[in-house]
Amino acid sequence: MKLVIAIIQPHRLDHVKQELYNVEVNLITVSEVLGHGRQKGITEVYRGAKETGNLLRKIRLEIAVNDSFLNKTVKAIIKGAKTGATGDGKIFVMDLQECIRIRTEETGSVAIG
Amino acid sequence: MINSADTLFVLVSAALVMLMTPGLALFYGGMVRRKNVLSVLMQCFLALCLLSVQWMLFGYSLSFAPSNGFWGGFAWMGLNGVGMEPFADYSATIPHQAFMIFQCMFAVITPALIIGAFAERMKFSSFIVFTLLWATFVYAPICHWVWGSGGWLKQMGVLDFAGGIVVHTSAGIAALITAVVIGKRKGLEHIPSPHNLTFVAIGTGLLWFGWFGFNAGSALAVNGVAVNAFITTNMSAAAAGLCWAILEWIRNGKPTVFGIVTGSIAGLATITPGAGFVSPMSALAIGVLASIVCFIAVAIIKPKFNYDDSLDAFGVHGIGGILGTLLVGVFASKAINPAGADGLFLGNLHQLYVQLIGVGVVVLYTAVATWIIYKFIDIFWGVRVKETEEYIGLDLTQHRERAYTIIE
Repeated sequence: MKLVIAIIQPHRLDHVKQELYNVEVNLITVSEVLGHGRQKGITEVYRGAKETGNLLRKIRLEIAVNDSFLNKTVKAIIKGAKTGATGDGKIFVMDLQECIRIRTEETGSVAIG
Repeated sequence: MINSADTLFVLVSAALVMLMTPGLALFYGGMVRRKNVLSVLMQCFLALCLLSVQWMLFGYSLSFAPSNGFWGGFAWMGLNGVGMEPFADYSATIPHQAFMIFQCMFAVITPALIIGAFAERMKFSSFIVFTLLWATFVYAPICHWVWGSGGWLKQMGVLDFAGGIVVHTSAGIAALITAVVIGKRKGLEHIPSPHNLTFVAIGTGLLWFGWFGFNAGSALAVNGVAVNAFITTNMSAAAAGLCWAILEWIRNGKPTVFGIVTGSIAGLATITPGAGFVSPMSALAIGVLASIVCFIAVAIIKPKFNYDDSLDAFGVHGIGGILGTLLVGVFASKAINPAGADGLFLGNLHQLYVQLIGVGVVVLYTAVATWIIYKFIDIFWGVRVKETEEYIGLDLTQHRERAYTIIE
């Protein structure tokens, strides 16, 4: 079992969701986060005072998958999120020790899907 | 002879109409995605500031000075000759300047209504130029034709009590044209839900409240016509809101807040040209018709066409304004307002014909003039923001501000 965490551009979310749906990965958690990578921040002004280098809005996806689904999940995220510009985001993959479905108390691979 | 009650009434009405533009800002602002809410508020406040100044310097003169049937000319520029004495062609009982400032608020909100069509994608600098040119070359002449001393549509007998043609038809048609030529918003894979419906509801409340000044105030006197306009305004809005909620309930299974407020605004826009010419019972009928026709336009017809009138400025104001103007020719009664005319239901087909001509001419002129202004700006400055700016949002890219924080 793997846990995939992806940081993507907010406006790519719909595309990524669609790509994941196409490879039958339907169970995802989405949150809004602020991030700072190589992409420059945006200058803001507060009553005339300028401030640069602020953090940018990003979307964070968390997807738990069985090993056989890992490859197509990552490919789907890339397909949906890639624009070629700085700021497209990152994908992190890590081992997942355990997964428990609360309703049934099932564990492991069965609980993920 | 100046009447102090009339003067007080018109000044208070002017203040009420002023409040409609910030009300519109909330109404529209709540509907856009949250990365663009400030851009909408900014455009509305810019219209309020810029067009107030334009109005005093030359807008009022172009619209209302008595020169010929087609435009007002420059005689009253900078309020030259516009003093405390009444100008009897407009009102014999209030200072001329009171009429001027009341009309100023109409000139402010009309271009602001168009914002709904190109929201979330127009460059702010181009918006300023567009607003100024549109107010000068579209609003001013149309205002003169319909309301100005010697205006040719006025001479022909076209009735527009408070702006069904001058305000809502012109803004609505301009909205349609700009929505079509500017193209769809980027990044809309699904219909975006309004980011804050609470704002939309508050904005509607302010608009409804201000509309009493808009319509009743257009009587320019404390009299029966003003009372009638006050009542018809409320009843049309109420009937239309109710009707929209019922339509949704039947068609979609649940009535919505967005629906009931949209219906109310449609009812208000549609009663505007007839407020001082039709009876309260007719206003109920007008409200119901407004709701049904605008509902069909927004929920059924619009999705079939491939244009993005983001906030339905055309579907609600344009359709409502045109419908209401035609309905004046159906429901108007001299028993309500001797200065008006009888409509179709009282056996006068001619008035409906005149209303049709009035609307047709204004639709045509607005469409052509708006298109020319848009293209002119597009060639010299470019109207639309860059794609990346559109993705990030106009608040940050046009104003370097954001409305909401995620983390302090």
